[in-house]
Amino acid sequence: MLDVCIVGGGVIGTAISRELSRYQLKVRVVERNEDVATETTKANSGIVHGGYDAAHGKLKGFFSAKGNAMYPQLEEELHFGFRQTGSFVVAFNEGQEPELDRLLENGIKNGARGLEIISGDRAREMEPHLSKSVTKALYCSTAGVTSPYELSVALAENAAKNGVEYSFYTEVNGIEKVEDHFILHTSKGPVEAKVVINAAGLYADRISAMIGEDDFTINPRQGQYVLLDKDQAFMTDTVIFQAPENGSKGVLVTPTVHHNILVGPNSDYIDEKNDVATTSDVIAKILKAGSKSIDAINTRKVIRSFSGNRASSDRGDFIIGETKVKGFVNVAGIESPGLTSAPAIAIHVADILKEMGLELTADPNFDPTRKPYKRIADMEAEELNNLIAEEPAYGRVICRCESISEGEIVDAIHRGLPITSVDAIKKRTRAGMGRCQGGFCAPRVMEIISRETGLSMEEITKQGEGSYLLTKRSKDALEKGGQDA
Amino acid sequence: MLKYELVVIGGGPAGLSAAVEAYEQGVRKILILERDKELGGILNQCIHNGFGLHRFKEELTGPEYSLRYIDLVKDTTIETLTDTMVLEISEQKVVRAISAERGYMEIEAKAVVFSMGCRERTRGAIQLQGDRPAGVFTAGTAQRFINMEGYMPGKRVVILGSGDIGLIMARRMTFEGAKVEAVCELMPYSNGLTRNIVQCLDDYDIPLMLSHTIVKVHGKARVEGVTIAKVDENFKPIPESFKRIDCDTVLLSVGLIPENEITQNAGIAVDTRTSGPKVGELRQTEMEGVFACGNVVHVHDLVDFVSEEGALSGKGVAKYLKGELETTPNFSTANSDGIGYVVPQTVNLSNVDDQVTFYMRVRSVYDKHIVRAYQGDTLIAEKKERKFLPAEMVNFKIKKEILANLADGEIRFVVEEV
Repeated sequence: MLDVCIVGGGVIGTAISRELSRYQLKVRVVERNEDVATETTKANSGIVHGGYDAAHGKLKGFFSAKGNAMYPQLEEELHFGFRQTGSFVVAFNEGQEPELDRLLENGIKNGARGLEIISGDRAREMEPHLSKSVTKALYCSTAGVTSPYELSVALAENAAKNGVEYSFYTEVNGIEKVEDHFILHTSKGPVEAKVVINAAGLYADRISAMIGEDDFTINPRQGQYVLLDKDQAFMTDTVIFQAPENGSKGVLVTPTVHHNILVGPNSDYIDEKNDVATTSDVIAKILKAGSKSIDAINTRKVIRSFSGNRASSDRGDFIIGETKVKGFVNVAGIESPGLTSAPAIAIHVADILKEMGLELTADPNFDPTRKPYKRIADMEAEELNNLIAEEPAYGRVICRCESISEGEIVDAIHRGLPITSVDAIKKRTRAGMGRCQGGFCAPRVMEIISRETGLSMEEITKQGEGSYLLTKRSKDALEKGGQDA
Repeated sequence: MLKYELVVIGGGPAGLSAAVEAYEQGVRKILILERDKELGGILNQCIHNGFGLHRFKEELTGPEYSLRYIDLVKDTTIETLTDTMVLEISEQKVVRAISAERGYMEIEAKAVVFSMGCRERTRGAIQLQGDRPAGVFTAGTAQRFINMEGYMPGKRVVILGSGDIGLIMARRMTFEGAKVEAVCELMPYSNGLTRNIVQCLDDYDIPLMLSHTIVKVHGKARVEGVTIAKVDENFKPIPESFKRIDCDTVLLSVGLIPENEITQNAGIAVDTRTSGPKVGELRQTEMEGVFACGNVVHVHDLVDFVSEEGALSGKGVAKYLKGELETTPNFSTANSDGIGYVVPQTVNLSNVDDQVTFYMRVRSVYDKHIVRAYQGDTLIAEKKERKFLPAEMVNFKIKKEILANLADGEIRFVVEEV
């Protein structure tokens, strides 16, 4: 019997799993997809918010400022990629300027740090490509950017190293409360656990309803994005928000942790939770809105557009806590600033478990660190030379655009979580993330996965079940001795 | 540090030809660096025939064509390193590269030839919207899977774009038992060679749908279909024409882009029209001692011309190493009405033997037209064809003696009605 079963391997599930791995507990994460961070977490803006935006008095406001403060140490321990770039909220006219004051005040109440209102000229000194029409900006020096999926992977790998089990392709179809514990009926058989934590993101309402707790709904709210080539990094290295207008936050222009530029998202409620299609009218709107902040958006430099759905609830705030069903904890409705809040939410969930009576004994063997990747793209000559001498696979470049070596890919495969997809490698190493979008490296990445895991080429998917890449051998006849029919 | 007279970056048809020509012109210490496991470049996956008609007067497959050059290289003292990735070159022409076998290398070169080829435009680049399932491949990736790795990437295919690789792959996938439903082309004309339209589509009853595009990809895990549409003269999809086609695979053949990351990082200017470095008549770039040839300069339609350009750069290298390369150009070239780009961008006449070949592409289909070269209002030369197509590169040769009679300045190329 497990002490804790966490449903969902997004950033919330992985953050909680890592927090609980500090203790002597038997914990398993069940995830229906082939990897962590495959849905909402994957298509996130990647902003570590300053904590001034979410309303004071709400859980969002409370956790975002706290979460922000945890990032520098988390990065030191786990090496997932975090840069404190600072952020602007820009006003384009006097009418919008009071919004900046409101945010400043709200931020101070939330405990946000590094806030300051500056003139448009001062902002342009910091980011010369910022639009001339910006009159004032709220600057926040503690805001930053991270890679949401690399964070989740790092949290999960570190949790796995400290004893948490990760079970992929495991969909929960029903939950039974039996005396003092739960039986989760999953696609991989029953799982028994004393405590269930529902971190199922877009599907958290369904999971909650399985034990009769159906007092909230998750309404998917779509966000579409475009990603620009790294050679556009000059546009800005500060996160740029627009002052809220008519309740809408406006479009964001931000550097990513890897120095691409991301523009988006829109925010539209949609019907289907798994509808992540992009649409040309929305993409056009985003690009237009983004060019309000920065004039230099070059649409010929788009390397990818994508879409993700926020797990918004009808409560307007995070839903965190034990339900009326003892031992069942909801961590639901985690929309923005959920990524920022995740590490703080994880600690809070551990506290909830303690209050529920679960014994949390510190594990003396807990290791908070995860070894960083050896990124050849970041290395100086001598270091590179020594590394290749020791491990020749680091001298073979597989992904040209991002300079990712075979050594990095092999490393990614052997870090404790099962790897079965090309996207899993992309999330961990960036192979296929560049301007050619995997055109050159996908076949070679597949060969390496096949060699290292024993999966056949046909078994390797793009992104989990059904997303096969190859249908059959094309040279069957030849291999059977050339006896063509 | 390793020292060479010439380092060639890229061992495809352009690089091989450049090295062979430089060798023939007396350059002895030559090194070719190739990132793939074998020499030959993208030709290795082009197992169809039709290569070499101009150069060898016979129809070869891609690997046969590259083998001719690989054999020529083997007969020389030219050295080659495969599975070797060039990271950058410095201002002093130190080439930095890595390989699993040799580790990190710094190679001092007196001259460098860029021959890194090109890459395919992707779904992101053309802003193809809809779901993002598995099963959307560039035509070249599919070609590699089938021809080199031995796997089929799908059974029922819609191809977007009528570039040559897409056309070749329509036939190739048909051979392997797949059903190609249609080739959609945004433009009112094909972007592939006429012979490929005939031999790859017409012969297999694969419809070419001109002025059509894919407006949406369907499928959560794997492609399940696409919605296609006819486009109006502004390339806007016409809603009444939307039509769904079921398929499990989308191949993209929507253009090629020269791979000039190393070029740009070295601070060498790239021409926005070609997306390749600006070059002179012997393919010298703006950086002294650095030459470029093949698809890294501009995307060619036939490999024969790639080899020709490679040879030009090899000549240039030899001249440069002997100190005989004149640097100040006499002429610059300009593309006027109807012409997309012209290569070379500059000409120095004293480096020219008997004629200069200007490569260019027209912007759309022209019947009963002629391409003319002017200096000011003076007509210098003209080139006739039955038809000019954007897919077919125009080779416009002008004799040295004609150019020698002109004052220095700009040569302008233009498409005019006959």
